[in-house]
Amino acid sequence: MDSRDIERTKAITRRAVTLGGMKAALFIVLAGRMYYLQVIDGAQYQMLAEQNRINIRLLAPPRGLIRDRFGVDMATNKQNLRVVLIPEQADDVNATLDGLSKLVPLGDTTRARLLREIRRTRGYIPVSVAENLSWGQFSSVNLNMPDLSGVQPEIGETRHYPYADMTAHTIGYVAPVPEGQTEGDPLLQLPGFRIGKSGLEKTFDLKLRGKAGNSRVEVDAFGRSIRELARQDGELGAELVLTLDMELQKYAFERLGNESASAVVMDVQTGDVLAMVSTPAFDPNTFNVGLTNAQWNSYLRHDHKPLTNKAIAGLYAPGSTYKLSVALAGLESGAIDTNFRAFCSGKKQMGNVTFHCWQKNGHGSVDLHDAIKGSCDVYFYEAALRIGMDRMAEMARRLGMGEPLNIGLADEKAGIIPTRAWKKAAHNAPLTQGDLLNAGIGQGFVLTTPLQLATMTARVANGVKAVRPRLVRSIGGQPVHYDDVPDLGIARSSIAEVQAGAFGVSNEPGGTALRVKLDILGVKMCGKTGTAQVKRLKEGDKRTQEELPWHLRNNALFICWAPHDAPRYAVAVVLEHGMKGSQYAGPIGGDILRQAMLRDPARMAAYSPAPDTKSKGPSRA
Amino acid sequence: MIDFGFQSNRQSRSIPQKLGDMSWLLLILITATCGVGFVMLYSVAGGSLEPWAGRQIVRFGVGLVLFFIVALVDVRVWLSIAYPFYIFAFVLLVAVEMAGTIGMGAQRWIDLGLFQLQPAELMKIGLVLALSRFCHGLTPQDISRPLVLIVPILMIMIPTFFVARQPDLGTAMLMFVGGAGTLFVAGVSWSYFLAGGVAGLLAIIPAWSLLRDYQRDRVLTFLDPGRDPLGAGYHILQSKIALGSGGMFGKGFMQGTQSQLDFLPEKQTDFIFTVLGEEWGLVGGLALLFLYFVTLMMMYVMALQIRHQFGRLVVLGIAVMYFLYLFINIAMVMGLVPVVGVPLAFVSYGGTAMMSLLISFGLVMSCYVHRDIEIPRRPGAFA
Repeated sequence: MDSRDIERTKAITRRAVTLGGMKAALFIVLAGRMYYLQVIDGAQYQMLAEQNRINIRLLAPPRGLIRDRFGVDMATNKQNLRVVLIPEQADDVNATLDGLSKLVPLGDTTRARLLREIRRTRGYIPVSVAENLSWGQFSSVNLNMPDLSGVQPEIGETRHYPYADMTAHTIGYVAPVPEGQTEGDPLLQLPGFRIGKSGLEKTFDLKLRGKAGNSRVEVDAFGRSIRELARQDGELGAELVLTLDMELQKYAFERLGNESASAVVMDVQTGDVLAMVSTPAFDPNTFNVGLTNAQWNSYLRHDHKPLTNKAIAGLYAPGSTYKLSVALAGLESGAIDTNFRAFCSGKKQMGNVTFHCWQKNGHGSVDLHDAIKGSCDVYFYEAALRIGMDRMAEMARRLGMGEPLNIGLADEKAGIIPTRAWKKAAHNAPLTQGDLLNAGIGQGFVLTTPLQLATMTARVANGVKAVRPRLVRSIGGQPVHYDDVPDLGIARSSIAEVQAGAFGVSNEPGGTALRVKLDILGVKMCGKTGTAQVKRLKEGDKRTQEELPWHLRNNALFICWAPHDAPRYAVAVVLEHGMKGSQYAGPIGGDILRQAMLRDPARMAAYSPAPDTKSKGPSRA
Repeated sequence: MIDFGFQSNRQSRSIPQKLGDMSWLLLILITATCGVGFVMLYSVAGGSLEPWAGRQIVRFGVGLVLFFIVALVDVRVWLSIAYPFYIFAFVLLVAVEMAGTIGMGAQRWIDLGLFQLQPAELMKIGLVLALSRFCHGLTPQDISRPLVLIVPILMIMIPTFFVARQPDLGTAMLMFVGGAGTLFVAGVSWSYFLAGGVAGLLAIIPAWSLLRDYQRDRVLTFLDPGRDPLGAGYHILQSKIALGSGGMFGKGFMQGTQSQLDFLPEKQTDFIFTVLGEEWGLVGGLALLFLYFVTLMMMYVMALQIRHQFGRLVVLGIAVMYFLYLFINIAMVMGLVPVVGVPLAFVSYGGTAMMSLLISFGLVMSCYVHRDIEIPRRPGAFA
């Protein structure tokens, strides 16, 4: 080994040691980094690893059933085979949709809507692609899962209304959660989740909805479940039992037929609403899946207003049905008594305005009984002048008119019972004699809902208690107790006098609804017809009602109750533009009342749900 | 200064004699490292030899045979075929460019049926051999002359360029730094390395424009892993979560949620260290690092016992590459450097890397076994 070699050996040793030192330093860097990640930040990464591994899945409880008083299903849940898409898990959303469209119906508009929805929502939120699939379609999607990235077949539930349009207004319907209202309840973020949008479905939405349970599932990186780690059961939606009698509801609905009309049947003693219908209606099952614009617009443009629940939101001048209230106001205030008589010549002159009686030839000299029976307008003009606006209004309110009855439906209207103060506030004008006369026969400013008319009827028939209408018998097995019903505070004699007049309407000569009979042996009914002008015809317009266009014809009303000697059921019917109460509304009201009598629940066992329907148990994941 | 008289005897030793002269400690260290790999591969397969651990063991066995063959061949043979080997590997490299199978978006291997031959792996070995051969007869002063130095620089740059074009940035970097490391131990003046470093920094900007989209993505993602947590940043984020959640002692064998539930990408190859960190914690990770460190120190000790410059350079050059291999991989999974496709030496699943590593260590061993052989400065005389 020469000097060059020695020199080289020294050099290479120096360099090797340098290099070794550098490597040792880098090893220390690695070890330090490892310490930093695993010890200093370890807890944080442990949390992230848990988040990765554990997927919390909501368990949606089935929506509470809605049943009638005998336990008949009015709103149920139907198995719904559907397909959802989790955009984040799809390699290519369009390709996935292409693949899906070969298996399930997927139109261009649906597709456009889906793509919009996917753009709007965060990627991990599943979007509902197709619902109510057949088993065949559903299983073909399941089979093709490997080629459909992001797709998840699900067995869910969808709301079903077996009686469709017959219960549409009262029960209401459910619909998808509107965009931007998904905060709060985690259930709202579930794909295809529906909330109550109208009727009782809306009022009792939270109770019917129940509370979500959840399941902690260990998942792998592809979102596949490995095993369930923990499970917390939710709370089932509460069952709602109504006061309605589905058979009666059905009968009333069919009896109203194609008319733009509404009818309410109430239990005179309890206030239970046995039927509440509004026609025409819509199929709430279609609202479930979402209406097309065309469907929606046709509903909106329909002159019979199918979307409105006329029983609570239709405002009508009560016409002559209001005379029962006016009569009671007169008797109670002492403004009139049973001996008070008025002479009806067919019209009454007030200054330069003539107020007509419906009976052009006049009723002659009439007392209260005759005036109610024959619905004499002139008598009630005279009575109104004696009673005065505020005392008439006070009685009307006592009978349930002029304010909402809080039956539990969102769009219930208050109606108008005019007073001196009201006129000042609403029209900034003093009350006129004309206002007073019009109010005396239930026209002018007076506006009521059919539900209020039914309530008035029930209270007059009851005579003692100010019964309130109610729709719900029990929630989740807990009975809804009757409120303490206040006394009407009307003298027995006054009630008897008015009831006798109403008995005459369908039972005595000269009654306006003589043709309306129950035809049940030993059971007689009381009633009151009403015909309310929609538009005052010009002087000299001699067209008959039949000659007028539909929307200008008079509204026809009829209220009635039975049996006359032990009142049980009260009915109110309003037939929009039905022309004449006695002729058109009366027979319908009578038929419904008869049906109510024949189906007297006293003869049938009412349905009592198990007191504990809140029992645990999830239904679907 | 030493009596060289017995040297001639040593030149014709029997195979058992040669085996006795081997550093068995080094072989044990390598085997232990591979053992860690087998255990981890068994774990990531959910407690099964299939599909990885079993095949990896077989490959180790085959590689071990190659190791012994290479180790027993006289080091002078390796010296003599250094240049031809380098040229052969380079031709293969170019051939791959022309006709290689396309996989993973990069042309990297020739399919030989039984296994896939990555010319880049051969090239790394060829480069160390050729550089060592070149520097063998030269003093540091000789090599530091610009006109001499230009030759090894070209020897490094030309294959590096081709590998980078494949594009396989990881291997290109290994090759470049490994080559530079070999020149460093050969004694090339510091000033060249300083100049090279400055030039490298200045070259970043033009280099950026040459990178492919996915490569830029990796660099950007490295700088900010949260940039796209479900896209390019996913791998590194999940890797850090796995490592970090391992804590001090780990989640236990086969208990790593990140690896067992597939949150870790390529867990059996590039990200295997993460599995170790998750299941065995800081303790397990440091143990493997220590194993690597001892192996490297062992190689340094061996290198300094070799009396010929060629052997010393080969051993140190391979040590540099070995270190780079594991450093880049471990630094990558911990988010210290951008994601590059470099497997973890001896632990990651993969046949090519296993073969090329065992052959490299065979060369190291050959140099060590023949450490006392006198090789003339102008070896061409007997080659």
